[in-house]
Parts: sequence; structure tokens; C-alpha cells
Amino acid sequence: MAELLMVEAINDAFHVELARDDDVMVLGEDVGRAGGVFRATAGLRERFGENRCVDTPLAEAGILGAAVGLCMAGWRPVTEMQYDAFSYPCLDQLITHVGRYHWRTGGQMEFPLVIRMPYGGGVRAPELHDDSPETYYVHTPGVKVAIPSTPADAKGLLAAAIRDPDPVVVLEPKLIYRSERSEVPEGEHVVPLGRARLAREGDDVTLVAYGAMVPLCERAAEELEGEASVEVLDLRSLRPLDEEALLASASKTGRVVIVQEAPRTNGFAGELAAILAEKAILDLRGPVLRVTGFDVPYPYWKIEDAYMPSVERVAAAVRKLLAF
Amino acid sequence: MARLAHDESELRRVIDEDREVEGLGEQELLDLYRSMVLLRTYDERSVVYHRQGRIGTYAIFWNHEAMQAGAVHALAERDWIFPSYRESAIGLLRGIPAATILHWWRGHPAGWWNPADYNVASICVPIASQVPHAVGLAWGKKLRGEDAVSLVFFGDGATSEGAFHEGANFAAVLQTPTVLFCNNNQWAISTPLSAQTRADALADKAVGYGMPGIRVDGGDVLAVYEATREAVERARGGGGPTFVEALSYRTAPHATADDPRVYIDLERVEAEKQNECLGRYERYLRRLGVLGDDLDASIKNEAAELMRAGIAAAEAEPEPDPELLFEHAYVDPPPNLREGWDG
Repeated sequence: MAELLMVEAINDAFHVELARDDDVMVLGEDVGRAGGVFRATAGLRERFGENRCVDTPLAEAGILGAAVGLCMAGWRPVTEMQYDAFSYPCLDQLITHVGRYHWRTGGQMEFPLVIRMPYGGGVRAPELHDDSPETYYVHTPGVKVAIPSTPADAKGLLAAAIRDPDPVVVLEPKLIYRSERSEVPEGEHVVPLGRARLAREGDDVTLVAYGAMVPLCERAAEELEGEASVEVLDLRSLRPLDEEALLASASKTGRVVIVQEAPRTNGFAGELAAILAEKAILDLRGPVLRVTGFDVPYPYWKIEDAYMPSVERVAAAVRKLLAF
Repeated sequence: MARLAHDESELRRVIDEDREVEGLGEQELLDLYRSMVLLRTYDERSVVYHRQGRIGTYAIFWNHEAMQAGAVHALAERDWIFPSYRESAIGLLRGIPAATILHWWRGHPAGWWNPADYNVASICVPIASQVPHAVGLAWGKKLRGEDAVSLVFFGDGATSEGAFHEGANFAAVLQTPTVLFCNNNQWAISTPLSAQTRADALADKAVGYGMPGIRVDGGDVLAVYEATREAVERARGGGGPTFVEALSYRTAPHATADDPRVYIDLERVEAEKQNECLGRYERYLRRLGVLGDDLDASIKNEAAELMRAGIAAAEAEPEPDPELLFEHAYVDPPPNLREGWDG
């Protein structure tokens, strides 16, 4: 085991997966010579050559559209979108082709590509470097979505995405790219898509989260020590979704608060709340609450703390639910 | 880079100049004719089938046959074709059964095919979005040391799309073996070319990408063939992509749901119909003494028979199983895909 930062674990996954499978290649803006603006692809061009880690022109739809053609030629392309909000030009290719092409061929041709991007707020960045766009992706049929919250999962989920036969979007919480070192298995390490992780066990209330909201929920759980025993469920992938783990935890604690940094309306928290309403209503002792961003453009960073879910907001929701 | 021909009288032509294309013998000339007749027959029958309620809305390609057949005949079997919906029947030239394409227009899942079986990508509906796919495929083949070329069809309207630009730029930067084939019929539904671009010629765009552009008479199958062959040879030889602009004029409605009388110049349409591409080529072959009445009749009968058999096979196909809803959305589907389905 090595102690790695999340972004180092991602880089480690690339080194392992490119060495393991000659069909895997990386393309994106600044991924080669610079090794990525966050250094996630550092050393790949030097080690595997300029044809397996390619600096492309600055064109997100072109990157993803070319990746579709690369799949047809037998490659497993891993594309990088430099930032969350820079991925929007690629939504055209994602929705019209990436999520549909396998279906369009009657299941006869596979498109094992990966779209990965740093996402999320709290990083004191200029406009459009802070979005949490998971809903767009998870709402697109034919596409899977994974979101790690620890260095080990960042490595394992990326490896799973690269090996998956379907298109997978991996959203990497940049707020915690370099926040903490923790143990990451060396060599091949795969975390299967669709299995949630119980980040913390508790009896009174469940906090459901993904990405950078997981460590936030863990801090909220500590804050609430003495008042309530709080469970934290890290979903790790939104599709496939580990519904079993969600329902099991809801049934155990009877109280659920869902935390997401994306805007509120139609966010993934709403989907989770609907599942709980359909399948766990008799297990619940109170309403499913959401702590989310707001239905406004992501703010300039001087006031971004007021937008992002905080320990205080999460703790307040828990107290409200306990008092229900 | 040489100055491009901006006057229609300067377009590359073969038939009207009574030239011959080097390397094309009698057999190849007749093969081209067969392909054009097949496409024409498919198109004319499809309009009838639509009126009879046997297929759905259909995008007509009448008078595009010279561009389609001329370009495809310049390719080798290992080369890939990326069609838009205007080239929906292009797979006929690669052995895709007529019934399969008719199924596509009938909204039946039997209209699916595996692109790798024919080196023909799926029919692309959103304009220009297939251009980056063709570039990616050619790039991927090149990286693997295979010498396959990709050819992507699109119309004049597509050159206004971002996907065209991104694809063309990728092709040039990565020097992919790709032919960007623009069938410029001068109309995007009701929008004339003059409302699409201020460029004198679409082929001028090639200069900005740093690739060669060729401008050719799109109603002259031999000129299209010759120009595309040059582009394919350059691509296969490592010379990168070429933009081919084939100039024609749309003489049919955009699709069966369109009534162009409200926007198009009907006199121009009539004039263009008098000079439509199949008749032009037929007269050329007859002048050469390659085609006579008997052979012509047998080629046309063969195509008609293929379509009769095609629609019969399509109509004999059982109705699709609604369970197909859940097939093929994923290779490895998520467990809750059938949530809410009670069969």
C-alpha cells in the first residue's frame, strides 16, 4: 500500500491500465506534454508514447466524437474534459451518439470509452470551473456514471471504467484531489461499478452522498457525535446505482438526508428521494431531506461558501429530521 | 495551394468534356452505372412506398446518385463510409440488404447493422455530428498501422455546424486519412446556400484547415470518381485529409414531409431535372458504345427486382418484440433498467 493523494491515485490507475492493455489510450487538452492541468496524466506520454497520450486541439465535441471513431477502430479511449463546465460542448456527442451507438448497431459494436473530468466547487476558481454536472450525464441513457471520494476509489473506479464495455463518465471531485493522503493498493486495483461504500456506520440517521460531499458528511457526523449516531453512505456510482445499500441503510436508521452540491431541482438527490418514497416509505420515520446547492448559477468565489453544502447545513438538516 | 474554381464553368468535369478517366475500363464504367441505377431505383421506389404507407418519412436523394456512387467507387472495400441520412442507401453498394435499409425507414429494429460487417457506419441523423467519428476511425486505423481511409458524407448546411469544424480541424492536425465529402445541393431544407455562408465556395474552407480542396461537378459521376480517387490516394499515401465539394442542385423535396414549392425556384429545378446525373451518364455510356438498350433494360430490371425482393422481405419480417426496448442499451446493463416495466 502506498499513501497517495487522489490525483496521484488517478495517475497510478492510468499507468497500470495503459501497461495492462495496449488498446487503452488517453486524449484531451494538455494531457500529454503538460501531463494534464492537474497532473492526472503525468508521465504517460513519456512512458507510452505520443500516440497513447495525445494532446488534441481545444475542442471537447471533437475529442468525444473522435473517441467514438477510435472505438470503431478497436481502441479504448479515455478522454479528459479539462473542467466540469468545459464538458458541455461534448454533451452533443454524448447524448446523440455515445449513449446510443451500441444500441444503434443492435448490440453488435461496443463503445468502451471513458469521459473523465475534475468537477465541483469550493476551489476559489473563476466562473465555470466549479460545476457539478452529474445530472446531465446520469440522465443520458446508455451511459454510466462513477464518482469517487477517496484516493483508493479514484484509482479503482477509473480502472473499472476503463475496463467496462459501456461508456462511463467519471467525475473526480477536484476539491479533494490533494486534500488528504490515504492508502491505495499498488498494481491492479478495480472497484466494481454499482457498489456503494459504507463510509461510517451509525444507527439514527443516514447521510447519502458522493464525491466531495462524502468527507463533508463525515465531518458533520463527527460534529453530531453525542447527539446522534450518523451513518454515511458513499454511493461511488450513480449508474449503476447500489439501491440495495441505499434501502438497507434507510431501513436501518429510518432517517435519510441526501447531500449534493449540484443545483436542487432535478438533482440526483431528487431521484434518490423518489426511490426511497417508492420502496422504503414504511421504514422511514420522517421525510427524506435534501441539502443541496441552489437553483442559481454557481457563484463567484467570494460567496461560494454560502452556496456549497456545509457541515452546519448538514447538521441542521439532521437535527430537523431527528426532531420530526 | 492552387486557386480554386469559383465559377461553375470551371468545375472539374469529365462527361461534358467527353474525357475519359484513366484506369476505368468498360467493366468499371458499367459497375458505376449499376450502382447509380440501384440507388435511383431505391430512391424512387421509397417515395412510392412512403405514399403507400409502407415506410415512414423518407429523405429523398434523387439526383445525388452521381455523388454517392462516384465517391464510393473510389474507395477500397477496407475503407469506411460515414453516411448522413441523405446517403441512407449507401450500404447497398457494400452489400447491406435493401430490406435492412427499408427497415430503418420503417422504424423497425431490424434496420440495425454492425458497421464492421460492411465498413459502413450507422446512418447519422444529427447534421455533421458524424464528421468527428470518421476522423476518429481513420486516426485509429492509422495508429494501428492499417491503411484504411474513411469517407464522410455531409451536405452544405453541415459546414455551418461546429462538429464539421472540429472534425475537419482534427483531421488536418492529426493528418488522418479522411475524405470530407460535401454534397453541396445548395439547399438545407428551405435555407439557400447564400443564407448558409458568405464564402464564395465551400471548398475554400479547406485552405483554413490546411488541407487541399477539390471542387467538382456533383452531377458528373466520373468527375466525382476521379476527384475522390485523388483524395483517397493522397490519404492512403500519408498525405492527410481532403475536402471535396461536389456541387449540384436539389431537384427533389428535402424529404417526403417537405413541400419545396413555397421556397424553391421551380424553373431552376426543371432545368436541373433535364440534366440529372443518371441520364447524363447514361447518354455518355451510349455515346461510348458501352451501353445499349438490352443491357440498360437488364440493369434496370435487376435493380427493380432487388427492390421488389427487399420490400417483400421487409414486410415479411415479424413485428419487433417490445422486450427489445431493453436490449442493447448497454453491454452490461444496470440492474434497475426495467424499473416500471410490467411486460
